[in-house]
Amino acid sequence: MATVTTVAPRVAVPGVLKHPVLRKLLLLALAAAILVPLANARWASGSWPAALTVDFTEPLTKASVWIIDNRDSHPLFLYFFGHISNAVVIAVRAVYLVLLAAGWAGVTAAASLIAWRVAGWRLAAGTGIAFLACGFLGMWIPTMQTLALMVVAVLASVAVGALLGLAAGLSDRMDRILRPVLDTMQVLPAYAYLLPVVLVFGMGVPAAVLATVVYAAPPMARLTALGLRGADKEVLEAVESLGTTARQRLLTARIPLARKELLLGLNQTIMMALSMAVIASVIGAGGLGDRVYQALGSVDVGAALAAGIPIVLLAVVLDRVTGAAGAALGDEPQPNGRARWLYALVAAVAVAVAGRLVGRLDWPESWALNIAEPVNRAVDWMTDHLYSGVPVIGGTADWAAHFTTWVLDPVRDTLQWLPWWSVLLIVAALAWLIGTWRTALTAVLAMAAIGVLGVWTPSLDTLSQVLAAVAVTLVLGFATGIAAARSGRVERMLRPVLDVFQTMPQFVYLIPVVALFGVGRAPAVAAAVVYALPAVVRITTQGLRQVDPAALESARSLGATPAQQLRQVQLPLARPALLLAVNQGVVLVLAVVIIGGLVGGGALGYEVVAGLAQGDLATGLVAGAAIVCLGLMLDRVTQPTERRAKKGA
Amino acid sequence: MRIRRMRTTAVVAGVSSLALLTGCGAADMTKQASPFANAQGAKTVTLSVQSWVGAQANVAVAQYLLEHELGYRVDTVQIDEVPAWDALSQGRVDALLEDWGHPEEEQRYVKDKKTIVPGGDLGVTGHIGWYVPTYFAKQHPDVTDWKNLNKYADRMRTAESGGKGQLMDGSPSYVTNDKALVDNLDLNYQVVFAGSEAAQITQIQQFAKAKKPFLTYWYSPQWLFKKVPMTEVRLPAYKEGCDADPKKVACAYPHTPLQKYLNADFAKTGGEAAALLRKFKWTTEDQNEVSLMIAEQKLSPEEAAKKWVDSHESTWKAWLS
Repeated sequence: MATVTTVAPRVAVPGVLKHPVLRKLLLLALAAAILVPLANARWASGSWPAALTVDFTEPLTKASVWIIDNRDSHPLFLYFFGHISNAVVIAVRAVYLVLLAAGWAGVTAAASLIAWRVAGWRLAAGTGIAFLACGFLGMWIPTMQTLALMVVAVLASVAVGALLGLAAGLSDRMDRILRPVLDTMQVLPAYAYLLPVVLVFGMGVPAAVLATVVYAAPPMARLTALGLRGADKEVLEAVESLGTTARQRLLTARIPLARKELLLGLNQTIMMALSMAVIASVIGAGGLGDRVYQALGSVDVGAALAAGIPIVLLAVVLDRVTGAAGAALGDEPQPNGRARWLYALVAAVAVAVAGRLVGRLDWPESWALNIAEPVNRAVDWMTDHLYSGVPVIGGTADWAAHFTTWVLDPVRDTLQWLPWWSVLLIVAALAWLIGTWRTALTAVLAMAAIGVLGVWTPSLDTLSQVLAAVAVTLVLGFATGIAAARSGRVERMLRPVLDVFQTMPQFVYLIPVVALFGVGRAPAVAAAVVYALPAVVRITTQGLRQVDPAALESARSLGATPAQQLRQVQLPLARPALLLAVNQGVVLVLAVVIIGGLVGGGALGYEVVAGLAQGDLATGLVAGAAIVCLGLMLDRVTQPTERRAKKGA
Repeated sequence: MRIRRMRTTAVVAGVSSLALLTGCGAADMTKQASPFANAQGAKTVTLSVQSWVGAQANVAVAQYLLEHELGYRVDTVQIDEVPAWDALSQGRVDALLEDWGHPEEEQRYVKDKKTIVPGGDLGVTGHIGWYVPTYFAKQHPDVTDWKNLNKYADRMRTAESGGKGQLMDGSPSYVTNDKALVDNLDLNYQVVFAGSEAAQITQIQQFAKAKKPFLTYWYSPQWLFKKVPMTEVRLPAYKEGCDADPKKVACAYPHTPLQKYLNADFAKTGGEAAALLRKFKWTTEDQNEVSLMIAEQKLSPEEAAKKWVDSHESTWKAWLS
């Protein structure tokens, strides 16, 4: 407690103390000197003391048994969850039937024409090609199923997110209450809440849609709140002076002013919902995700890829089109825009009717490209030649073994060897140095919660994997980002690659990483790096690009070499962006811990997967909660102050 | 005032339209099919598929016969065994064609709640065990007895097994006592969970390409035996009840005749489809034949099923009568 009271004035008058860093560390050391002997005397143990854990197994198991026993008879299910579930089924079915009735020609035409109206003819052509490609890959029906699911899930997420965002945007108290809730929704691994959702709603589409909403609504809520708060004060005052009611002001001024943020929110929500489409296949969502997942059963990378590509195509098309719609906002409205929409509508209907009349409603089976076989051959060739026995540098299996022995093992063993209180101290010190005492407190409490949940040891194992993966991601990401920032051509070439990395369902590269790195923690790290790399590269590139050209110019005029410019001007000036990249790297790596569990990473990821597979609510939820706590702790420890300031805006 | 009335109207409209949509009153969550089912107005059966290929083979053949001989539309749902029991009880899927034994679920759903009924033997006998590759067993015949396993612990070591030998386990959904077995038999091995069958198979294939020795949890029938021949390691013999206490297990796994289970309502009203699924019974060889076509020749499950159906008419004709 002493620390808290003495620190308060420092926060109020920053800059008075000459060495805030030293001061913080001294205070922390003081607190440690008092608390550690006390703690050590009471609970002397290296790992988290058993006396301080709470066992959640019994209540959680009881809860799941209660749900199973009452699901078919209790009014809560009959009159509430049942109706939600039915409404979802009816809505998805309605969309699916419309898509089927339109036929492949109708759907492709409608999608292209919408893209044309919203984003111009180039994207319209791209959209058309993307949809045809889904057909050629033999994935038309699964694509339509996924699309139907997506439409409903995105609409529901947008509705929920906008409502939450409205509340947070209009009331400061709601904002404070909602922020941790939204944080949790985003960090909680989807796998961990699939099981409770399945218990309540049963296997299949309703559970999948609702799990998707939990996952995809937060960005919409955040951006809605941000948009409402960021509305131009002067405009608002002007509107107010006209004597409008609060409701009118909201509808006529604040919401229209927040259009850009709302569209960005929509864009983010669509992306998150798509990435969930695959995970939800584990609970019977059907569609493309199901095809990816089934292909894994026979270890068929080619087939998994054939179902993964449509997901990537859908993601890229939806991203570009909604992105272009956002960018076009505020431009002059085109003349006779409405008439053009009408033409587009008529054309789409005409194509659909024509398709019906010709009797070509279903995608013709003979129009199919078989990519599975060549892909499998390529993957086999690659893994045959790289796995082991490559002269001089050794095979990937050897690298993986070295990486495990020389990096992962020491980090894990050190973390697990450290006495529990010293782990808390380190966390406190790091979080406090980069943030305020509040962030430090949150981080320490999150870490302590892991101990209380009784999963201290596996959590540190997971933490060691996360740290190693983040380190690799940052090295690769910064290097690539610097290259991309210096050359426009490299950036253009990277863009599609990064898109694919980011949107390709992680299940698809589960087999290749094992084939290259063997079962264990090394492939888990590899999968995490692949997933987190794009964001780090993008943020780094953008940060370096945005460095003030005048500063660079003056450095150049002083005769600095490119390396000097980079080291002494660009990197220091881009520091906030680089810190954000670190933060995002950590968060994204943590999101793939589950995939690590599927390739032998063990620890928390495995427990979450096992919880779902064995219907064991206790194991899955506790491990999931521990991942949330780890995420919270790592976020606080790496959160640059700049971002916090922006978030509060 | 105006605003309040508008709001009330909106709420009333919303609630009543929801009620209309869902047919008023209580919602029966056991009567919900997949929204993708029946899209073209056909009779539908929903089958659950587990992640291993054997289960895919059962479903592929059942699906082929239901569609081509009886005119049903078949939907498949990919789920693990334990969640499949739950889905079966709720009527989200109609049948589970290959169950490896889940006494707890059987007690709850078949005996207590009576929402699931047994569908008889699949005809295939499953067996879990520890396996080493045959190329290694030929060089070192004594490795096939558990008493000699410690001698070979060094050879089985990997970066993940921390100085001990590696015993590779698979997906978390599989029945396993391996941790207890290693402890109780005093083996110098570390159980490493591959986390999914796909990862485990990939790793086994990589080991086999390099002709490296390995020890793995595995099960038969399984198509991989044809690609990577493996020999079982003898564990202390299985006796009824020796695996009753999960912590004290020190014996081999039993041989399990695999079972089918049907949703109780479907069993009553499912007509020809339910009858076919009850009679569905084939041999391990039959299942392996289809599995291999799917996994090794990379045929689609439908093509594989067609090939098998075309050449085994006498077997499946009996299921239709």
